[in-house]
Amino acid sequence: MVDAVASWGRRNVWTLGLVGLLVVFLALTKMIQPNYGAPGIQGLAISILPIAFAAVAQAIVVISGGIDLSVGSMMALASVTSAVLMKDQGDAFGVAVVVGVLLLGLTAGAINGGLIVATKVPDIVVTLAMSFVWAGTALLILNTPGGGAAPWLMAVISGPLGNPWLPKALIVLAVIVAVVWLPLRRSTLGLTLYAVGSSPLAAFRSGVAVGPTKIIAYALTGFFSALGGLALTASGGVGAPVPGSYTLQSVAAIVLGGVSLAGGRGGVLGPIIAVIVLALVRTDLTFLGVDPNLSTAIQGAILIGVVMFGSLVAMRKVRA
Amino acid sequence: MTESVGTVRLTGGWRTIIRDQPIIPLVVLLVALVAVLELAKPGIVNGNWVATTMRAAIPLAILAACQTLAMLTGGIDLSVGAVASMAAFLMATQATGQGPLVAIAIALVAAAVAGLVNGIAIGVFKVHPLIMTLGMSLVVLGLMSVYQLLMVQSGTLIPDAIQWLGSGISFGFVPNSLVVFVPIAILIVVGLRRSGYGRLLFAVGDNPVASRLAGARVWQVLVALYVMSAILAAIAGILIAGLNNSATVSLVEQSVLPSVAAAVIGGTSIMGGRGGYSGTIVGALILTVLTTLLTVLEMPEAVRQVLFGAIIVLVAAAYTRVTGEA
Repeated sequence: MVDAVASWGRRNVWTLGLVGLLVVFLALTKMIQPNYGAPGIQGLAISILPIAFAAVAQAIVVISGGIDLSVGSMMALASVTSAVLMKDQGDAFGVAVVVGVLLLGLTAGAINGGLIVATKVPDIVVTLAMSFVWAGTALLILNTPGGGAAPWLMAVISGPLGNPWLPKALIVLAVIVAVVWLPLRRSTLGLTLYAVGSSPLAAFRSGVAVGPTKIIAYALTGFFSALGGLALTASGGVGAPVPGSYTLQSVAAIVLGGVSLAGGRGGVLGPIIAVIVLALVRTDLTFLGVDPNLSTAIQGAILIGVVMFGSLVAMRKVRA
Repeated sequence: MTESVGTVRLTGGWRTIIRDQPIIPLVVLLVALVAVLELAKPGIVNGNWVATTMRAAIPLAILAACQTLAMLTGGIDLSVGAVASMAAFLMATQATGQGPLVAIAIALVAAAVAGLVNGIAIGVFKVHPLIMTLGMSLVVLGLMSVYQLLMVQSGTLIPDAIQWLGSGISFGFVPNSLVVFVPIAILIVVGLRRSGYGRLLFAVGDNPVASRLAGARVWQVLVALYVMSAILAAIAGILIAGLNNSATVSLVEQSVLPSVAAAVIGGTSIMGGRGGYSGTIVGALILTVLTTLLTVLEMPEAVRQVLFGAIIVLVAAAYTRVTGEA
């Protein structure tokens, strides 16, 4: 039993470190701003929801050995589609829209993956190009921020559930990840995702259909990006056609969250915690009166620093 | 005119042409696009049109040079937009107090520092170029936004010489920016094929391990590359400031994807080791003519984005099919 715990700890040392970092930053926030309490946590939970979904989306595709630079654009597409369709419509229709947008995300992701597999063009080129296709499509659907969100959708993520320290947004995130990702990871499909990311050739020789697995990975990324887009619509009440920096933030979060860019290693819990840590850094900087523009630069510096640290550790391992 | 390096199975005459001299089909495509443009709006193609098209294509071609060089080594430089905007904005704000020459020097030095940091992180610390340059663009953009607030009093000034260089046209059909572009283009096209450093770029992209074992100092090659890329980006940014007669902290951001697109269309592989600059120049011209065509057809900006994305995928796929490599 103790051995099992110890080995789990060894395998998840990065995630445990992140949890420690999270606690440190929460304490720091409380020290800087003694009033920081339940409302602050609720606001934090709502504001991180879209980025958290984006991070999960990016984590899945990177684990399977790819990278998707169109996450932000697919979020924008999902956001405007849901906002345009939901405006002034009934609740039942709103549910249909949510299901439809999730299918749209799944399809967009599958198109990304299908193009990569069919053309054999590097993932970076295809998804960078597709990021413009999806962003352009989003602009065609809605030129300026507008539309509306169904009231129930906004209610699902705002406010607490029972205890004021338990924001609904966090529960929504936990439930969706638990329902979609956990069973998947335990399944054969989850295993093949890791196998393909770890070594496509070895996976192929072990009888894994590498192409279809990649397409599924990209489709899942599209699905979670669509969830991120829905979260954007729900938290803002309108659809936003401009992708923002979500793609970049998702890459930052997975790198900080312990997912190897080489593929085959990592999970989705680390990236989610990393998103919260990064959001707390931004909150703290705001409390300290630092110019929000400077905090953009600091976040970039943190991203670079973390990646450098990660590759230094990797280089040490190779030498040892 | 063999710009590609590497051994690929020869499968047919036209495939050899596309692989070894992608410039021939590219020029055909460019001429076809110009013909379509002339059909769409008769009389548009004249001396002045040639000048304005080249004037718009030159900064893009310089930015695409950054991508071409980086892609030859298997990297990419997504910080060109931020670095170019930084250079333009620094130049414009410093020019009010310091005079144009000092202002340009400050802009180039700042860009070189950003490139040096990129190069050290990528070459020495082995950070993925995509992540590093994206992160760098965040850092640069953030710092410049802060700087912008500090400099709000002084205002901006685009020196006359820069305006002349960026937007001027001589003899009715020669854009003045050719003065800057022709030396750069010759240096890169010839340098890539004839100089030792040019060969090193191909070698590092083709097989970094083999080039290290053969005695190449890969990290030095990469540091020099990203410094050069940042300086080229700064030059492009200053030209764009002259062209638009304005400078903001996000002036060049929208040219980042087109710069990658121009290099990909020009036949440079993102996996490294294959490509050249002459194709990239034609790629930049093709994209500029295509933009004009879409404007003439009154297509919204969104359609342009979708089309650009689709074209990159199509062209990259075509190259991959023909060469059997990515």
